[in-house]
Amino acid sequence: MIEAIDIYKSFNGIDVLRGIEFRVEKGEIMALIGKSGHGKSVLLKHIVGIIKPDRGQILIDGEDIGQSRGSALEGLRRKFGFLFQGGALFDSINVFDNVAFPLREKTRMDRENIRQRVIQELEQVGLPEAGNKYPAELSGGMKKRVALARCLSTDPEIMLFDEPTTGLDPITARSINNLIRETHERLKFTGIIITHDIAQILSVVQKVAVLNEGKIESVVRPEEVRSSDDPFIRQFFEEEG
Amino acid sequence: MQTRKDLYKFSIWSFGVSFETNPNLLCLICLDTQWAFPYISSEIPDSVGNQSVGNRRFVDAIRFFYFNHQKGFHVVLESIRRLGSRIISVFEDIGKTGVFLGSALFWTFVPPLKVGRVIKQISFIGVKSSLIVILTGAFTGMVLTLQTYYGMETFGATALLGPTVALALIRELGPVISALMITGRAGSALAAEIGIMRISEQIDALEVMALNPFRYLIVPNLLAGIISFPLLASIFNAAGILGGYLVAVQLLGVSEGGFFGEMVNYLDMKDIRIGLYKSLSFGLIVAWISCYKGFNTSYGAEGVSKATTEAVVTSSVLILVWDYFLTSVLF
Repeated sequence: MIEAIDIYKSFNGIDVLRGIEFRVEKGEIMALIGKSGHGKSVLLKHIVGIIKPDRGQILIDGEDIGQSRGSALEGLRRKFGFLFQGGALFDSINVFDNVAFPLREKTRMDRENIRQRVIQELEQVGLPEAGNKYPAELSGGMKKRVALARCLSTDPEIMLFDEPTTGLDPITARSINNLIRETHERLKFTGIIITHDIAQILSVVQKVAVLNEGKIESVVRPEEVRSSDDPFIRQFFEEEG
Repeated sequence: MQTRKDLYKFSIWSFGVSFETNPNLLCLICLDTQWAFPYISSEIPDSVGNQSVGNRRFVDAIRFFYFNHQKGFHVVLESIRRLGSRIISVFEDIGKTGVFLGSALFWTFVPPLKVGRVIKQISFIGVKSSLIVILTGAFTGMVLTLQTYYGMETFGATALLGPTVALALIRELGPVISALMITGRAGSALAAEIGIMRISEQIDALEVMALNPFRYLIVPNLLAGIISFPLLASIFNAAGILGGYLVAVQLLGVSEGGFFGEMVNYLDMKDIRIGLYKSLSFGLIVAWISCYKGFNTSYGAEGVSKATTEAVVTSSVLILVWDYFLTSVLF
């Protein structure tokens, strides 16, 4: 379970988050929508404890990650899988090693099992042949898919996706969304997806939160989204056509 | 009319120092020097009865002066404030650099050590720098021999050419010039690599995977620096002495036995040890500063280029400053 309680954060005197409150129950996925530059990625980084809030708490299964240090923080972070906006693949090692990296470092799996798991994950994201390539040789979409494979390889309890389908063609985007849904059905992870692709994501998530002006303006169920009175949500749909 | 409160809080904006003191004294200083006017933080509504008439008159005079020269004061205050905040940020940066080194050293002694990465970085900082070090070493030795020869010939002391060249190289030029060369080649590359990892969120990715970036990135570089620099300085020295030999013996006709024989006589193990201590500390400095600058890169390509430049400039300056202090202590 992820719970944000009254999160405030400012950078260089500019308030980015102003009293964020939300709760994602265990096994639930929440979509987070909002304008670019309004602090969605910053909020996601608060949840994994990379950025500490100026005020407020982020509770991961009841533990405040902002106050956790050392092995307690490490223990909490082991629960996470995080898909960064740009993929954040390690560019000094190839795709295979990138996907294998968390398995080698965080698990006791033997070499053969790791190899099989990596191949399986790369197949799932539609890139079975890319193992020997380096991140610099991949397109933006391919990088994102490899990054997704890396996230999913450790079967995390909590998944955070920072714009998993932005910049991808509609076919790949749909396959990524399907992959997230299938993995969720299999692992029942708790998740947050930052996205602009609201129409596509409705079938994947259990609720949609709107971040506006540094606050969660509203939280609605997917089936309520289209009929929502929230001006921001309406605007979001109108923009999408 | 405004009156005084019981507490007089004056802040000197310029250096960010806030203190409570006798207001009269502070106002007097400001009026006298006219370089700043204290910021009166509180309205002064009551308790006038507690103050003497002299005090009241004094503050009224200050207020009069302030309101008549407000604009000028603000300009001066603003520039002093900027200077102050710049000075504070420099000290902050020094503090952070120290804390960074402390953390890196701490994680060096916390197992497990990433031996594979240490070896990889020794290859990157050390092995790949060896050609440039041999080249610069040879030419430094050659030109040093040439210059020393012309100087010594005047006194008829060319017999001491060998030890002079060797001492200069081993005690001073070897560690310093090789360190400066490696800073240019490997220090800049380290800062850029770690900087790009920072801006492309690769360091964040490590953290999210519950893996310590210090253990994976910083400690291997620190150890590789400490191991590689003394070895490279030794290669530099050998190449320099060989270059000196070519110029002295083959070109200038100094006797081979004299060149090497005197070198053995005059050179002490202490000289070699001092040279190694120096390059060892330079290795730590370069790896530390380059990693720190890369690790704290601000966003964008400009941030990486700034980090790289700062890494090279700061490391080079620190090498020369530290060299002086180390020499004055060790000799």
